[in-house]
Amino acid sequence: MKSRGLAKFLSVIVLAIIVAYVAFYGVNAGNYSIKPVQDSIRLGLDLRGGVYVLEQAQGNVSQDAMTRAISIIRNRVDALGVSQPLIVQQGSNRIRIEIPGVNDPDQVISYLGQTAQLKFIGPDGKVILTGADVKDSKAVYQTTQAGVQEPVVTLDLNSKGAKAFADATAKFVGKQIAIVLDDKTISAPVVQEQIPDGKAVINGMKDFNEAKNLANLIRGGALPVTLKQVEYSSVGATLGPSALKASEEAGMYGLLIVLLFMIAFYRLPGLIADIALGIYILINFIVYALLHVTLDLPGIAGMLLSIGMAVDANIIIFERMKEEMRAGKSIRASLDAGFRKAFVAVFDSNITTLIAAFVLFFMGAGTVKGFALTLIIGVIASMFTAITVSRFLLKSIVETEFTKNIRVYGA
Amino acid sequence: MRWNNIKWNIDVIGKTKVWFTISGIIILAGLIALFTMGLNWGLDFTGGTVVEFNMHKPVTIAMNNEITSILKSNGVKDSQVKAIGPNNTHVSITTPSLDDKTRTAVINAIESKYKLTVKDLVSSQNVSASIGKEMQFGTILASAVAALLMLIYIGFRFNFEMGAAAVLALIHDILIMISAYALLRIVVDTPFVAAILTVFGYSINDTIVIFDRIRDNIKLMRKASYKEIANVSVNETMTRSINTVMTVLLMLILMYFFGPSSIKDFALPLLIGITSGAYSSIFIASPLWVIFKDKEGKNSVGNKVGNRPQKA
Repeated sequence: MKSRGLAKFLSVIVLAIIVAYVAFYGVNAGNYSIKPVQDSIRLGLDLRGGVYVLEQAQGNVSQDAMTRAISIIRNRVDALGVSQPLIVQQGSNRIRIEIPGVNDPDQVISYLGQTAQLKFIGPDGKVILTGADVKDSKAVYQTTQAGVQEPVVTLDLNSKGAKAFADATAKFVGKQIAIVLDDKTISAPVVQEQIPDGKAVINGMKDFNEAKNLANLIRGGALPVTLKQVEYSSVGATLGPSALKASEEAGMYGLLIVLLFMIAFYRLPGLIADIALGIYILINFIVYALLHVTLDLPGIAGMLLSIGMAVDANIIIFERMKEEMRAGKSIRASLDAGFRKAFVAVFDSNITTLIAAFVLFFMGAGTVKGFALTLIIGVIASMFTAITVSRFLLKSIVETEFTKNIRVYGA
Repeated sequence: MRWNNIKWNIDVIGKTKVWFTISGIIILAGLIALFTMGLNWGLDFTGGTVVEFNMHKPVTIAMNNEITSILKSNGVKDSQVKAIGPNNTHVSITTPSLDDKTRTAVINAIESKYKLTVKDLVSSQNVSASIGKEMQFGTILASAVAALLMLIYIGFRFNFEMGAAAVLALIHDILIMISAYALLRIVVDTPFVAAILTVFGYSINDTIVIFDRIRDNIKLMRKASYKEIANVSVNETMTRSINTVMTVLLMLILMYFFGPSSIKDFALPLLIGITSGAYSSIFIASPLWVIFKDKEGKNSVGNKVGNRPQKA
């Protein structure tokens, strides 16, 4: 009987340590591998630096146009070669774009928001062809007549475009054809001779990077909507990581004090609550990883706060237990009564907190959502650990019957 | 009696007037501040642009004026330039919402003037005025929906008097928090919504634990008056109330002292709100419940709790 309690107690501890090891270091066993949780938790832009914009489509837009706009923006972002961008629709007419770790946020954003409506306009003011007639576009170096390497954008036209271009170049020899992007002339070469093969070149690029961006824009196609930026935010690459470090420190100190407080006040049950709190934090991180939660600063605040609140359930239970012990009940009976009586209070109080957190999650904007999500996960996890884990651990310890002194139990 | 085993015996209900007066004075001061100075609305609610640079040297008044004139030459009339950060080496520039082009022009002008690179642009943020309006509306709506849902839940799990007392205590906490924002000139930004709703959740949570004990004691103390039941219940749960608020406050205090600046702004109002939430559960919600119950007794409306004498 006595050793059984100890065995139960130790098995939970060992299990928790194994899970913690796997969660934080990952395992590779044959075909199976588990990634460490920190690789699956996405850090918010405020913790690693980057740029975020909220673009709003102007006028009445269809869902179809929004979907196409998003996929075009995604192509443009991919062309930048950044890692882990986030492009999602928000509401009916907004697109949220998050790009971590970019050096020149303003340039990137103006590039992404371009409508990229390409037109070739003849000297008579008539449109010869549009971006829709372009099959492919590339940035290459071309040797000029003076023998200098200059970056240009090549255009490969489809058959309809090629025909229109051949006719126009035959008609306008010696005259200028303007190449216009979003109502801005980017190049206006003089036609030397008829071009029948559907290959055009745009020169006048500042550098290869500009040529590459333009080729990407043309290849990606024109945005079917006009976007207006309604929200913009960029965080420098040094600010983010220092904020992360500061919150980690605050969290560690806070946690340490709460752990010591619980042991000082509740003795053995306090120690058990601390173990349960460790398991609670572990569960939190695993759930973040499974749900791919983006952890930003408000999210960390929500998590730290939920640690403070997580011990509440244990405090309610232990105070009840103390009362029962002082009333003369045995330790085992006090434990059962304490948990049973405290359960209703813990349940009702946590449900009301959950109601507030869910309202925040569904109605809150941006960063508030992250805060609400960590709070929701925290409250549910704390109900589980406070009621199930601490109870199991306490019961197994009581089963070992190593002491009958109720002072050890904080009473 | 050992320190971790104090038996409380405070006549909470007997001093109801004292508690109501204390809260009344704070809320009154807050409301006066609110109507004379208003709230310190932040970017998220008003719309605007904030740009922060690391200047690598203390920002002087001369630099401040130079930056203001750079802004003016770019057509930005209404601006606020101030030195912030460690040793005032950072500069924060707040203006009305700027479009992409103007913002880029201003940033480039400042970068070239002080030989800064894109790396020195610590952060930049722009919120259009329309989004700000949406945020204001969304906040009020979210708070109202949360309060209503919680009221329904408490009404369902407990009874109407407790629901009403809990929600009034909640309104008390919100007023205290808004007073704190108005008096301490704390910026009302997105975290404001989160702070208000966290206190919502915490305060109700705290009140419910006490009401749960009252619910238990009503069955045990068959001959007692509502006043006695409330007093006993509050005192029985006092250690728990203090310990819980202590652990949450410890976390918040450390967030305030060690956390990054953006968490600091959030920790202070939460500290005030959580303290108020713990206070109101004991000193506002419980006395209110007694008042409601005694009123009900005098009107001799059917007692939901059971048949027993109104006064012992």
